[in-house]
Amino acid sequence: MMETSFDSLRITGVKINYFFICKRKLWLFDRGIQMEQESERVLLGKLLDEYSYPRKKRRRVTIDDLIAIDLVEGDTVREVKYSKVFEKASIMQIGYYLFYLKGLGINKKGIISYPRLRKSKEVVLTDEMISELKEAMKGIEEVLTMPSPPVAEKKPYCRKCAYFEFCFG
Amino acid sequence: MQSYYLLCSGTLKRNENTLLVEKSDGEKKVIPIENIDSIHVFGQMNFNKELLVFLAREGKPLHIYNYYGNYSGTFLPRDKNVSGELLVRQVEHYLDPQKRFFLALAFVEGAMFHAKRNLREYSGTEPFIQKIEEELDKAYSATSIAELMGCEGRAKEIYYQAFNLFLKEEFYFEKREKRPPSNPVNALISFGNSLIYTTILSECYRTQLNPTISYLHEPRERRFSLCLDLAEIFKPLIADPLVFRLINTGLITKDDFDQDLNGCYLNDRGKEKFLKAFDQKLKTTIKHRRLKRKVSYRTILRLECYKLIRHLLGDEVYAPFKAWW
Repeated sequence: MMETSFDSLRITGVKINYFFICKRKLWLFDRGIQMEQESERVLLGKLLDEYSYPRKKRRRVTIDDLIAIDLVEGDTVREVKYSKVFEKASIMQIGYYLFYLKGLGINKKGIISYPRLRKSKEVVLTDEMISELKEAMKGIEEVLTMPSPPVAEKKPYCRKCAYFEFCFG
Repeated sequence: MQSYYLLCSGTLKRNENTLLVEKSDGEKKVIPIENIDSIHVFGQMNFNKELLVFLAREGKPLHIYNYYGNYSGTFLPRDKNVSGELLVRQVEHYLDPQKRFFLALAFVEGAMFHAKRNLREYSGTEPFIQKIEEELDKAYSATSIAELMGCEGRAKEIYYQAFNLFLKEEFYFEKREKRPPSNPVNALISFGNSLIYTTILSECYRTQLNPTISYLHEPRERRFSLCLDLAEIFKPLIADPLVFRLINTGLITKDDFDQDLNGCYLNDRGKEKFLKAFDQKLKTTIKHRRLKRKVSYRTILRLECYKLIRHLLGDEVYAPFKAWW
């Protein structure tokens, strides 16, 4: 049986995240149609990432140019998020990091941190999550091989997205 | 974010993480970099490499105009918005004659829509509108870009001919002349058009579009010809009504021009008046029907770039912007 492999797809953590938020954004982002530099919210997220946990040393660890972990400490990897709105997507993103590391023979736990909310959430890689991630990887491949972007569908959170004016203007 | 138009002379430099304008009379003005959309330099300005590096880092274009107010060039910072995919599709739509014609016609259609809309504001222009419509009809059945360009050129000539019906008598206007502009109306139109062009270039730069690949104009023109294409739609929407208003309200008078052997040009006072009105116009907002939020004319220019991208990506068929109010 053919397994979806990490190598042929070059799936980044961001793509996993986008897959669970908006497939159209995933497609556009993959083709270099990026809007993030225009968005104030994205800038806020970046600043948050930069200025939270100033005492931690291992920040933004990039592996194989595919996964970029915000913080590594002991047996945990940490992803810093601005809000809980897309929690499912965040869980799958960090789950993907754990899955990827596991493939390299490294076992870690994940933590999603919400510094603004003073909360965090632990993520453990389960078999169930692994199969869900494999499904997602197949799904991403399907989206990215489409010749045109998936049709825009208006969702409640579209209005705050950096792509809002692109999709609906 | 806004455009800064510098008519003064002096020095433009980086000051920590802001921009500093030092006028030759010693007056200093600080502009926070975040507020800047683009900078337009009309006066005699000195600047150095440090400034350009700073502008590049912040992705802010610097447009330069010569003594006469004509566009000279742009310092366009290193492009961070690159999409190979979009470039390939832009080229695909140029190389395929049918696809190219579709877009070229759309730009002409948008241009003529706004031209007719301007004329409709004034009485006695019906015969001109009708003649423009005839040219537009011919454009629809044209079989080549050259033929389309012919229709567009004739339609525009008719459009300009109608100006004498409603412009103040002292601004009588024989025909459109660009190099050099022969009289005040030509000078105003040229000035307005170059501002539209640079504003579109600034907006284009914030997208992944390659400004050199165009459809109505030939990409061979050694200019950012995609901006020329898009400018066609917006010159009669944004710039021309300004010209009419400035003349007919007496805001601009004959004293605002310098005339010499090289033609007729706005002097500094005239440029200032025009730029003020132009900037105000760009900031004017309209309730966008699809976005259901207020957008400025400047944003409408950006949205037009987005529409073109959507068309090129096979997402949504392009239709030129047509003012609905």
